[in-house]
Amino acid sequence: MTGKRISSPEELEQLRKRILSKRGSNKLIVSICTMSVCGQSRGSVDVCGRFKEEIRRVGLEDKVDIKETGCQGFCEREPVVIIFPEGIYYVNVKPDDVPEIISTTLAKGKLVERLLYTDPVTGEKGAKESDIPFYKNQMRIVFGNNRHINPTDINDYIALGGYSALSKALFQMTPEQVLEEIKKSNLRGRGGGGFPTGIKWETTKNAPGKRKYVIVNCDEGDPGAYMDRSLMEGNPHAILEGLIIGAYAMGSHEGFIYVRQEYPIAYENTIQAIKQAEEYGFLGENVLGSGFDFEVDVHCGAGAFVSGESTALMSAIEGKVGEPKMKYIHTAVSGIKGNPSCLNNVETWANVPLIINKGAGWFNSIGTDRSKGTKIFSLVGKVNNTGLVEVPMGMTLRRLIYDIGGGIPNGKKFKAVQTGGPSGGVIPEQYLDTPIDFDELTKLGSMMGSGGMVVMDENTCMVDTARYFVSFCCEESCGKCIPCREGLRTLREILTDICEGKGQEGDIEAIEDIAKAMQDASLCALGTTAANPAFTTLKYFREEYEAHIKEKRCPAKVCKALTSYYIDPEKCTACMICFKNCPTEAIHGGKGIIHWIEQEKCIKCNTCFEVCPPRFSAVRRISGEPLPLTPAPGTKVIREKRR
Amino acid sequence: MVSRTKSPKPTKVSTTVSKVIRNYQQDKDKLIQILLYLQSTLGWLSREVLTEVSEQLQVPITQVYQIASYYKAFSLMPRGRHIIKVCLGTACQVRGSPRLLDTISAMLNLKPCETSEDMRFTLETVNCLGCCAMGPVVVVDETYHTKPSPSDLRKLFESAK
Amino acid sequence: MTVTLQIDGKEVKAREGMTILEAAKEAGVEIPKLCYHEKLKPYGACRICSVEVERKGRARIVASCGYPVEQGLVVRTRSPRIDRIRKTLIELIAPTTMVDGEVVGEIKKLAKEYGANIHRFESRFRAKPTRCILCGQCVRYCDEVIGEHAIGFVGRGIERRAVFFPEKAKACLTCQACFDLCPTGKIPSETDFVVFDGFSIDDYLAGEL
Repeated sequence: MTGKRISSPEELEQLRKRILSKRGSNKLIVSICTMSVCGQSRGSVDVCGRFKEEIRRVGLEDKVDIKETGCQGFCEREPVVIIFPEGIYYVNVKPDDVPEIISTTLAKGKLVERLLYTDPVTGEKGAKESDIPFYKNQMRIVFGNNRHINPTDINDYIALGGYSALSKALFQMTPEQVLEEIKKSNLRGRGGGGFPTGIKWETTKNAPGKRKYVIVNCDEGDPGAYMDRSLMEGNPHAILEGLIIGAYAMGSHEGFIYVRQEYPIAYENTIQAIKQAEEYGFLGENVLGSGFDFEVDVHCGAGAFVSGESTALMSAIEGKVGEPKMKYIHTAVSGIKGNPSCLNNVETWANVPLIINKGAGWFNSIGTDRSKGTKIFSLVGKVNNTGLVEVPMGMTLRRLIYDIGGGIPNGKKFKAVQTGGPSGGVIPEQYLDTPIDFDELTKLGSMMGSGGMVVMDENTCMVDTARYFVSFCCEESCGKCIPCREGLRTLREILTDICEGKGQEGDIEAIEDIAKAMQDASLCALGTTAANPAFTTLKYFREEYEAHIKEKRCPAKVCKALTSYYIDPEKCTACMICFKNCPTEAIHGGKGIIHWIEQEKCIKCNTCFEVCPPRFSAVRRISGEPLPLTPAPGTKVIREKRR
Repeated sequence: MVSRTKSPKPTKVSTTVSKVIRNYQQDKDKLIQILLYLQSTLGWLSREVLTEVSEQLQVPITQVYQIASYYKAFSLMPRGRHIIKVCLGTACQVRGSPRLLDTISAMLNLKPCETSEDMRFTLETVNCLGCCAMGPVVVVDETYHTKPSPSDLRKLFESAK
Repeated sequence: MTVTLQIDGKEVKAREGMTILEAAKEAGVEIPKLCYHEKLKPYGACRICSVEVERKGRARIVASCGYPVEQGLVVRTRSPRIDRIRKTLIELIAPTTMVDGEVVGEIKKLAKEYGANIHRFESRFRAKPTRCILCGQCVRYCDEVIGEHAIGFVGRGIERRAVFFPEKAKACLTCQACFDLCPTGKIPSETDFVVFDGFSIDDYLAGEL
């Protein structure tokens, strides 16, 4: 024993006071996300290193603390530096900006204007988090603590009131009361299906068997989603606390945290968190002196989307291949080695301590009729502000995408938003005023899923989108059952043909037949939903399929086989930009000589389209109509146009 | 999981395997974790290694191979000294990762899942690294690069010996 | 404990713990299947045995080989929805199992029964036909009944395969229990049961499957 062990609620409160008093309240805190791949990949570690060095150099150690944190949400603008208590918010900070931040903001309390966030829509600058629309419209009850916590230091979590819910549950509530509170809260599973958490817990609690397991599912495989990674990386103790409370309610003494292999930082931070929680007596024998015993083990995934399915995940924990089994007897009754096993997603567990502390009534005050609380989304794709956002259930998709996300970049038109990953579907513009709610999204043929929200603009082809998801599932399906495996294989070929202009009469009906069989007959939920992207694109964008099949035209001008690139001689100023950037030297012309594309050499990489300056917009994409004539080689640019 | 270590001194496969298995208390439930460990230290899982695991842990060879060939983290072929992973998750896809893959593929003259003859590079694709706000993302030897330009990539590849 | 349920309009008595498929069989209702074997644990991969069940007024589709009987359950083994599933599934597996332009055995019978057009997706099948529907009867029989583990699954998704492990071939010489189980006839016709050439883990590792 290290002597850190806490053995009563009183000792926990004393420790909390000690931590807080040691910290003092007048210190400035510089919060930087260094423990998330987003921040790291943008150089946040260097920024943080520079802060440490400079603060030491100018001797501000007594006045300033540096807080290295996990994800803070606004990943697009990393490295982000937040200075508390005021919450001054700097974006895209480089190491060389650090001395100025120190001399101006930390020393004199003034702002470094050029590092402030500028709203892409209004052009206004925001000095604080609370001024920025991205944050202003959120409700960060689960995710907000990330910016105050160094996930490798349990004291940070305790300082914010951490483990007080566990203490309350163990000493002021019976397991039955804990379960009742969760049931009353109407918390629904955040991993995808939205199953009522309390009912699942009750099933496990009442299932026969002495050995019961509780499991954290951090095998977040939905492409385009990273909420669970950010929570696990940034605030692992919140999940751990939720898990221990759940174990107490259900009478479980063994837990697992399954972390996918693609999340190395989440894995490391989880191991570290468990170690510290053991030292402090939140885990192990006689938790907090209550007499309750609980142990947790971490299982690292090995890279398989389908492993996130509950039966597959439990097989993997048993050391067997992670593929789904029939579960006509629920895993809550018969899971790991036939024992009752309660699996919840990371975000679900993270909600538990909040509910215990603040009560089911409080939780019920947030959200819609049948979906309570908040939901974290990863708002990505063609949207101005990408990152993680937490909003109350019931907010409309429009507010999320426009008020928080800042709308679509480059003045493009919104086309659809994809939710629920490969199990979800696309939602078109006419449904943007739909409130975010488990049941409302399902009604549209999509689903909440774990919270991936990929925004698509007018340059996204819906057939190509369906083809993408189906191809994803071809690789990621376990391949066990016929409808999913053979259905996906055939769907992929049909959709690829359509994208390549080889669609045939009857293809749409074939897609519908296959999708229906997959939906009706696949073995697991991933199989029954794998056709959703095809279903919904067909439901909302049927005319796009028809254009591809009948007119050999891609309306979004994305499908390579159906699209050609053309330089409008009227608009071309012979600026040489596309000429120089073409990777296959397919563009001819020269200085002062109008450029043209040699179609045989063009690989349709889109580079010329992207690099042509918007004020010229001379490169056009053409689909389904004959290519206009190119000018005779050597045609000169008319002078007035060049200005 | 462990961090990638430098190439180990040649030891007998059976010794390496037995050490790892002992570290995991001969626990059959830990088969996937054992294979992950071996993958990260050896770089790939040979027929010999997997046969040893099957015999020493007393798990059917069919089960060992089913797992080793099922998960993306395992490689049944030797891999290059530098692993390049291109993320093809939805967010990266929407932001042009297929084109990025084409570019890298052309630069290295490798198709996805191929290893160069001089064992310098292996090109792989992954279906989402959870780095979605920054896409498109390329990971070179565990370092994440977001929205790299062709010249960034060229420099990176040139410096990787 | 016995329970009473209804299968295709008939009152049927069954023992608790039985599956719908077993109860139906006892009652003389034959449900088609491709991966079920009475000596093996329910696997639920072919989904041909899908049936409609109604419980508390809610209808859903389940695999009858794995779904346990319940008191008062209403089961329909044939319905337009079920027939359409079976038809589509046969159409989907036909291209990979065809021999000289024709499907064989049980699959042929089912194609006829459910009016499946076995050529419907032929032009869309661009993989190498493996003549294997991955029903796993061989794998599971070798594993669960024989205990030899000479054949197993590798890969995943559309690249999933069943392969032999040549180091176990000695046992296969005298066993050959899987030969009769194979619904497509692949094993007896393609296996030399000495080195399993063209069908082994080593072929898989060489990228030839």
